[in-house]
Amino acid sequence: MASCRVPLVLLACGSFNPITNQHMRLFELARDHMHSTGRFEVVGGIVSPVSDGYGKQGLVPAKHRISMAKLALQSSNWVTVDEWESQQPDWTETVVTMRYHHGRILKEYEQSAGRHSDASEKFASPSSPFPQLKLLCGADFLSSFKIPGLWLDDHVEELVQRFGLVCVSRGSLQPERAVHESDTLFRHRRNVFLVREWVRNETSATEIRRALRRDQSVKYLIPDSVIEYIHQHELYTEDSERRNEGTALRPLIKQAHQPIKSLDD
Amino acid sequence: MENPTTSKVVLLACGSFNPITNMHLRMFELARDHLEDTGQYSVIKGIISPVGDAYKKKGLIEASHRVEMARLATESSEWITVDSWESQQSDWVETSKVIRHHYEELLAREHNRDDVDTIKYTKKRRIEENYIASSVHHRKRDGPQLMLLCGADVLESFGIPNLWKQEDIAEIVGRYGLVCVTRSGGDPHKFINQSDDLWKYRKNIHVVHEWVTNDISATHVRRALRRGRSVRYLLPESVVRYVQEHSLYSAESEQKNADVVLAPFQKYSDASTSG
Repeated sequence: MASCRVPLVLLACGSFNPITNQHMRLFELARDHMHSTGRFEVVGGIVSPVSDGYGKQGLVPAKHRISMAKLALQSSNWVTVDEWESQQPDWTETVVTMRYHHGRILKEYEQSAGRHSDASEKFASPSSPFPQLKLLCGADFLSSFKIPGLWLDDHVEELVQRFGLVCVSRGSLQPERAVHESDTLFRHRRNVFLVREWVRNETSATEIRRALRRDQSVKYLIPDSVIEYIHQHELYTEDSERRNEGTALRPLIKQAHQPIKSLDD
Repeated sequence: MENPTTSKVVLLACGSFNPITNMHLRMFELARDHLEDTGQYSVIKGIISPVGDAYKKKGLIEASHRVEMARLATESSEWITVDSWESQQSDWVETSKVIRHHYEELLAREHNRDDVDTIKYTKKRRIEENYIASSVHHRKRDGPQLMLLCGADVLESFGIPNLWKQEDIAEIVGRYGLVCVTRSGGDPHKFINQSDDLWKYRKNIHVVHEWVTNDISATHVRRALRRGRSVRYLLPESVVRYVQEHSLYSAESEQKNADVVLAPFQKYSDASTSG
């Protein structure tokens, strides 16, 4: 019997520098929430680390960030790491990454629809609705839409209208406010799913890196396998934190010549 | 290699551990980093001592499960262990007694480890007696120290009437020592300031500030489980599996002891208190 739930894949873009338990929590919280709406069935999760071209301060090479994410997600049976974005020659706009994955997922769906006898296919029944891809993020991400030059208006529009957002609240940040303060987000608010995280867990990769520089323990904040990897490769030192110091973020440069309207229209 | 100028410390955490979470484990890591950072201490061991079922806290599931989950959680730790002595006692045991028990065990082990040197042992005992006699200042001791590790909520619970005996509080902070890891929303310094007992022994109270708020409470975890929500990455993977395999934490389990009085209140409210 075909379920009328929409198959849903969640995509998280970010530095993952390094990946933390909190990143992985986002997926768990989002899945629970989307299931509880009764409208979706979450069939997959994708962690897509940003490429080195992003130019963020303290960003260690993508190959390490990918390896660590893979180690962290070894025990997950539904979230995987994807290297496509990190392998592109230049920094890739989030919307471009989404278009790529969405295209891939649709293709998989079409192929499996033609082989509906295979029970292991994600999209088991030929009559199940088209799968959707939504961007998974924390509330701080939503607030970043306001930063001049970081996002193109058209991209934000496509992101919320065509794909959709699943946003997990973080600390005292209220994503409802970001939605309220942006006409674009407000217009497509039905496609912006806000997930409340009641446990205040401010583990951030920035804090993790700081602790590592100071030789403080990060056990139980990131998986043991990732801690081991970091020590083996001597990542996250004062030197690594100074990488890209003084360099502007790639999006700001790449999008500088584009007309930028304020989002507060 | 042991640094001869540092005191050896063992950290003891008492509590329900219902269930154990990553936050409990973080407390140990933070405390160890903090104490060793002072240059005065060398933390050699951590002990998790889950409370016995006789504590009668609402929602407290069987000690056997709680001890096993703590064991699974600390498998990957080189220095944190679980001790089931407290949980195996038929009556509820005051924290001060648990501390005393573990301190005596610690001394006994140290004694056995020393070469048969009665002079050194006698000297240690004399120093210890002198220490107990003098009440105010913290002093570096020859022998290992046992300190109670807790969150700010436990420190502040010292103020709840009939939950603790005043002489027990005095013994814990005066004779042993407290390492208090602040949880968001508490102000341990203010609380210490407002209590004469605590103020007197403030040098024995080490306040550790969590640089990252990590509010994973066992209450929240139990609530999430009741509602069929994921608790992955809040607890160690092996504990998540154990909870699932044994179907622990339901609406029913949360009602356990719902109409029963908590053991300390029962004990200290009784006319005859043996202590």
